[in-house]
Amino acid sequence: MTEKLTFDVLVAGGGNAALCAALAATKGGAKVLVVEAAPKAWRGGNTRHTRNMRVAHDEGNGILTGPYPKDEFMDDLMRVTKGNTDSDLANLTLEKSKELWDFLYGQGVRFQPSLGGTLSLGRTNAFFLGGGRSMLNALYRAAEDAGVTILYDTRLNSLKIEDGFFVSAEIESHWQDDATEPAVKREISARSFVAAAGGFEANIEWLKEAWGPAAENFLIRGTPYNKGHVLRTLLDAGVQAVGDPKQCHAVAIDGRAPKFDGGIVTRLDCVPFGVVLNTKGERFYDEGEDFWPKRYAIWGRLVAAQPDQVGHVIIDSKAINDFMPSVFPPEKADTLDELAGKIGLDPGAMKATIDTFNGACRPGTFDASIHDDCHTEGLTPPKSHWARPITEPPFYAYTLRPGITFTYLGVKVNSDARMVMTDGTASANLFAAGEIMAGNVLGEGYLAGIGMTIGSVFGRIAGEEAARYVRN
Amino acid sequence: MSAINLVDLASQSQEEVARQMGVCNACRYCEGLCAVFPAMELRRTFGSGDVDYLSNLCHNCGACYFDCQYAPSHEFAINVPVAMAELREESYARYAWPGVAAGLFQRNGVKMSVLSALAVALFIIAFAAWSDPEVLFAADASPGAFYAIMPHNWMVAIFGSVFLFSILACIMSIRNFWRAGGPTGPLSIGDLWQSVMDASRLRYLDGGGMGCMTESERPSDKRRLYHHFTFYGLMLCLASTASGTLFHYAFDWIAPYPIWSPTVIMGTLGGIGLIIGPLGLLKERKKKAPALKSESDGGMGLAFLWMLFAVSVTGMGLLILRETSVMNILLAIHLGTVFALFLAFPYGKFVHGIYRFTALVRHAHEQRHHR
Repeated sequence: MTEKLTFDVLVAGGGNAALCAALAATKGGAKVLVVEAAPKAWRGGNTRHTRNMRVAHDEGNGILTGPYPKDEFMDDLMRVTKGNTDSDLANLTLEKSKELWDFLYGQGVRFQPSLGGTLSLGRTNAFFLGGGRSMLNALYRAAEDAGVTILYDTRLNSLKIEDGFFVSAEIESHWQDDATEPAVKREISARSFVAAAGGFEANIEWLKEAWGPAAENFLIRGTPYNKGHVLRTLLDAGVQAVGDPKQCHAVAIDGRAPKFDGGIVTRLDCVPFGVVLNTKGERFYDEGEDFWPKRYAIWGRLVAAQPDQVGHVIIDSKAINDFMPSVFPPEKADTLDELAGKIGLDPGAMKATIDTFNGACRPGTFDASIHDDCHTEGLTPPKSHWARPITEPPFYAYTLRPGITFTYLGVKVNSDARMVMTDGTASANLFAAGEIMAGNVLGEGYLAGIGMTIGSVFGRIAGEEAARYVRN
Repeated sequence: MSAINLVDLASQSQEEVARQMGVCNACRYCEGLCAVFPAMELRRTFGSGDVDYLSNLCHNCGACYFDCQYAPSHEFAINVPVAMAELREESYARYAWPGVAAGLFQRNGVKMSVLSALAVALFIIAFAAWSDPEVLFAADASPGAFYAIMPHNWMVAIFGSVFLFSILACIMSIRNFWRAGGPTGPLSIGDLWQSVMDASRLRYLDGGGMGCMTESERPSDKRRLYHHFTFYGLMLCLASTASGTLFHYAFDWIAPYPIWSPTVIMGTLGGIGLIIGPLGLLKERKKKAPALKSESDGGMGLAFLWMLFAVSVTGMGLLILRETSVMNILLAIHLGTVFALFLAFPYGKFVHGIYRFTALVRHAHEQRHHR
């Protein structure tokens, strides 16, 4: 017989948004249960891979190097989303983002100046001391101290929702195949439900619906636990969807990264300093179109469109020290033929492409810090900047694959973080926060640190409103 | 690109630290936690001297393990505190002077225990052999009572020479360690002052401000507190001894000293610190999270803590019981433990302090002059 437990608020998920919701609901007087599908060591979803949060502020504070007014934040958001945002919710998010520093500090989260190599974010983004997992540790400590019940290794199996009204849920502990304890199912009755369980980027089958078989070759940069089960359950129960179901944030990362959880260290910043070849040994896009931070997000798609979803960056010894250290050493060879052999390309095809490229490079003054005048002429596709002939051995190759960061499809919410049903009415007791509803604000594109902002802002709102609903 | 120069790396522990630094250098989330990560960021390759330097710069606060997105069971298996601890303990032998003494670091706990026992036995036997047995068990607190059993000049000659040898051995070891780290520009007063401040406050034993994470992801400042008791206790005891020597030679004032004398006050406070500190550190060791326990310690840390404790307990016992008939036998035991401790300074866990401080000097210099 299934054990039955009763709480005021049930929170599905264990990352930033879930913990902010749990903390806010507890502060509102509610008895809260958090169910985290991952075991304790892997708790926190994609928050564990984050390092900062974008927050509006009217003046610097010693760590944030200067003011970042809400209007400027809004301009940035409109630019990256091309206006694909719910402007009321965007306004709310940015306005409430001003409170986040103090709120998080109060939970024990500490901040530090922007990390080496990220100076451009020092004004706009609050960096967590010790990174996202340190931030999570602080939130979990605060939640434990506040009396939140946390079940790890516990997934949400099903939701009982009647006409947009949450009744109960079935949860299952020790559900993974390698669990050392027998699986336990329980029925949870709660007055309100907060969905903060992330997107579906780790669900390869679901990704295939949009990308076809190519999705098999995608690497998932974050948690393997974001399978989208809670999202799908809610959509099936009549919650309105938001965001393009066929879009995900895909960047080009080191092809040798682990299938899941490779995180930050798998990034590769060398594309602008070389040429990128597909498995046929051909170039397919302008590697020097713009600075890498402005282009790495399109390269995920570009590589995904190539045969086997692979690209090979070829650089020579001139460029080897021009980019951030990466975690995997490159393939290295004294001749291009040897290098082609190591990476499995046809030496003749590769040599022909590189000879053509070298011949098209016009003399210029190389400068990685500006859009320099090193470019190609008469070459398709061109290389607009930082184009230097690849001539000086040893030669190096890095392999690129698409790395999926997050998905855009989510549930539609209103300014109370209440889910909106397909008929346009807001649910009384279904709330959402974090990646599962981020598409309301971030309809497309990406702005560093805004996912965490949305998670904390809507986590707090969802928790407060869920507790208020319980009280009334 | 982070390169690991395998030819240059002498041991598996060095290779492992170099491997982990390669991952950390591509991540850098822990940059604000301590000195190790900013020092790492100044390097693209990690040779033997680099990894030994970084491992001795690590204060083993544990925070980066609990904050790490790549900690085991992630396939990158990053556990910087343990990798650093294992290399650090191995590195002590590499820089020991004279070189033949390096072997003392293997199974160090056993060797230090044997040394202590031998030293204590030696003093008891020597006292018994050279003194009138009646003196050995006589109650006497008059000036010069200590020296009835062991002439002061002998005491100075024996302890002075052992102490000076230990200082010489430590200086030569530091020299070896400094050279391995590679050349630097000239050190400035500011570099030294910075490192003295960093060491004296144990600035980097606090997880970047949240506290040590020895037990779990719940930080605690206890290890830092107990280390302060231990370190300042030891310093006060050494100051007490130095003041006694000064009184003896400069002012002709002969021990035992009265309760109100600086020698007894400093010795008492120091002794209390050296009892609370090592006991507290022993307690914290027991509470350590399994994931943070390193295999290679060889009893070195335990032996050092127990030696400090033995010195302080016998010293305090001497103070309390100095007017009774057990004074002389206690004195023999106390002197034996002190003798062993002095001799063990360059060849036991004490060296963590000298290499840590040396690493902090290099770090202060690198940061102040941008290498």
